[in-house]
Amino acid sequence: MEIPYTVDARPDTGLYNAKLGIWLFLASEVMLFGALFTSYILLRVGAPVWPRGSEILNVPLATINTVVLISSSITMVMSWASLKMKDFKKYRVFMGLTFLLGVAFLVIKSFEYGAKFEHHLFPSNNTFFAIYFTLTGLHGLHVIGGMIVNAYFWGPGSRMWKTDPERFTNRVEVAGLYWHFVDLVWIFLFPVLYLL
Amino acid sequence: MDHSFEIRKHVRTYIAVFVALLALTIVTVAISYLHLEVRAAVTVALIVAVIKGGLVASYFMHLISEKKIIYASLLLTIVFFAALMWLPIFTTSDPIMYNNVP
Repeated sequence: MEIPYTVDARPDTGLYNAKLGIWLFLASEVMLFGALFTSYILLRVGAPVWPRGSEILNVPLATINTVVLISSSITMVMSWASLKMKDFKKYRVFMGLTFLLGVAFLVIKSFEYGAKFEHHLFPSNNTFFAIYFTLTGLHGLHVIGGMIVNAYFWGPGSRMWKTDPERFTNRVEVAGLYWHFVDLVWIFLFPVLYLL
Repeated sequence: MDHSFEIRKHVRTYIAVFVALLALTIVTVAISYLHLEVRAAVTVALIVAVIKGGLVASYFMHLISEKKIIYASLLLTIVFFAALMWLPIFTTSDPIMYNNVP
């Protein structure tokens, strides 16, 4: 049996099913990160002293990571636009770049984590580091999840371009929506943890 | 209008948004060097972050031209998200905690 509405829009929603599905998933993700952000506020407001992130975290590395993630967002949207323009070669280049920028983000993050561990700074040290590692760790897991999907669509998953190009384009759009959300979360994490 | 031409127009917008995001990242970091007092620093940083997030959601995630059902589900999400953000404030108005009841 064929899966319905993978390309054509459903008459009642006006969308192909996966698009509504990913948006509902992202709504649940907003609540997941929202719960952690509100925990951050609660911990910060309730703490007698709270360190300034810029004094104990590496702002230059985090700034570079912000630029890396923003760049990966534009390469992601360009990979989708390339498919829309029927240019599969360009798609492969942009999707490959998106994956590599994801790798760069994780490598930089690992340097940051490594430096903290070297200085014996762990989640158990204080509330600040507990919420810092929880928020950035969960975000990092999301980056890894997105990279796995992107790698699949760059490699074996891209075979669908030959058999069902419109469906493949939609799949890349859905992967892109998730990837941009991961970028969006970092846009808020960066000032909240590192600069305030 | 030619579909490919329309996408090319979109690409120009994506590049403009990318440049704006880079510029706003510089603004975010620059503001942190002004060492504003906490309340002002939080306000300014969040305003810049909301603008950046808005650009990503509007253009990269195409929210600027989406279907009603997505707007409706996101509106519901915003309501619950706002309620979550208000929770810490509710705790500070807890009379048991702050009225020093024996």
